[in-house]
Amino acid sequence: MTDARTTFSSPLDLQSVRADFPILSRELAGGHPLVYLDSANSSQKPRQVVQAIEDHYLKHNANVARAMHQLGAEATTAYEGARDKVAAFIGAPDRNEIIFTKNISEALNLVAHTVGNTLKPGDEVVISEMEHHSNIVPWQMVCERTGATLRWFGVTDDGRLDLSAVDELINERTKIVSLTWVSNALGTINPIKELAAKAHAVGALMVVDAAQAVPQIPVNVAELGADLVGFTGHKVVGPTGIGVLWGRYDLLASLPPFLGGGEMIEVVRMTGSTYAPPPARFEAGTPPIAQAVGLGAAVDYLSGIGMDKIAAHEHAIVEYALEGLKTVPGLTILGPTDATDHGGAISFALDGVHPHDVSTVLDTRGIAVRAGHHCARPVHERFGMQSSTRASFYLYTTPEEIDALVDGLGFVRKFFKVD
Amino acid sequence: MQLDSLYQEIILDHYRAPHHAGLADPYDVEVHHVNPSCGDEVTLRVELDGDKVTGVTHESVGCSISQAATSVMTDLVIGKPVAEGMATYEKFLELMQSRGNVEPDEEVLEDGVAFAGVAQFPARVKCALLGWSAWRDATARALAQNESQDAAQHEGVSNA
Repeated sequence: MTDARTTFSSPLDLQSVRADFPILSRELAGGHPLVYLDSANSSQKPRQVVQAIEDHYLKHNANVARAMHQLGAEATTAYEGARDKVAAFIGAPDRNEIIFTKNISEALNLVAHTVGNTLKPGDEVVISEMEHHSNIVPWQMVCERTGATLRWFGVTDDGRLDLSAVDELINERTKIVSLTWVSNALGTINPIKELAAKAHAVGALMVVDAAQAVPQIPVNVAELGADLVGFTGHKVVGPTGIGVLWGRYDLLASLPPFLGGGEMIEVVRMTGSTYAPPPARFEAGTPPIAQAVGLGAAVDYLSGIGMDKIAAHEHAIVEYALEGLKTVPGLTILGPTDATDHGGAISFALDGVHPHDVSTVLDTRGIAVRAGHHCARPVHERFGMQSSTRASFYLYTTPEEIDALVDGLGFVRKFFKVD
Repeated sequence: MQLDSLYQEIILDHYRAPHHAGLADPYDVEVHHVNPSCGDEVTLRVELDGDKVTGVTHESVGCSISQAATSVMTDLVIGKPVAEGMATYEKFLELMQSRGNVEPDEEVLEDGVAFAGVAQFPARVKCALLGWSAWRDATARALAQNESQDAAQHEGVSNA
């Protein structure tokens, strides 16, 4: 531990970052300080985000677009301002390419429904074994409905995408390739740019689940080469209830609507309706307005710190955590065991102790981790596991918190008498 | 939060060596139950003789609480009338939902009293109930199945 400890170096001033997140100084039952290692599940929120949401509700609240009064105009400006901020944050060439959804699951379902509409028997959709359920189930559903075939990349023993059969998997029958950028269970960072090029070479669309990528990697969708990219607000220090789908404008403009309702229309007659152009076409009903304001404040916050610095910090913490976890006897890391192309989540098994029991014992020491299959059951099955314990990190995670985790795991082993 | 009250020695003993583990033949009904949020799974077989529980065996993957609770459950219901097993379940459920405000009845719950501490950990209550839910489901199906077989037999007899 002490070896890794001395080598830890982060470009972030962790004390000042942590001061923005009041929850991080909370004490839990038994007087234990909170050690929050579940950011891949949901990140904590800085005061700046919470204040932006409060300010919106207390001073500017009204519906957007359809409210003609002053407050309506303010709310609309705030909501559309958030669209500008998000577009800039991910390098979208056009603000109208940003669609607000309720979360990334909805964004991926939107894609599966609209793009997937054109699938027919013989067509193929390619995903991978390391996907989150929200990038598996919508594709299973659309393939069932259309008769298209779902295929997937396997995962190598060291937790990388198995690309050995890539040219067989992505072929002239492939219409959609939908992959996670950063695995929520293994932490693996996938070579999206290369795979997008492969997809495009056969005329397929490239869809990216960037739920774990946008929080920790500087993103430029224009350079990525993908056609559709989704992420969610609550993992980028923003509020719950809002997700984002980015898509190339010409592609979005060619897609049918997803949900029908208010504000997604042009003209409604009893005999039929015409639809608004993107993004309104995909934002039926009152959108998550305050959440968009909060998300705008969140990306401002992250940009203010610098995504390159956050990425460097995340890398340093992952490296430190991998070293620390390797000192725990009987601990097996799921997925890559070195920090190269490794995002800020590490799942592991501890011999002789079930993940729920690991997490409960850690919880009594104030350490919050996730236990279960992390909505990625197939990849657990791939490694012959039913579930695992996952520690995940963010810009506020300190090496001392990793030390607390490693010490806590030693205590778990003692408690269950497996040492 | 008291770890020792959650993980009583009785629970850890059942976890390390669960009773009636390993699926046995013959049986009336087999069910498979899961906790989708965490992935715990139990496959459970029930054999009845009339309204008496003659056999319960299981194969499960899961945490110490779910494994131990399933193990204790088998001890509590095997050899008893179905109605008594169901009544024991009600007692156990009441204990689980008590948040620690119910004094467990050792006469009825035997080793099950060790789970009193689980009630203080709301996230773990569903672990303790997984095996029970599988047993109740399997038993209800076995009763229905045996009843319809009896009815068919009677019909066969009267037709003959």
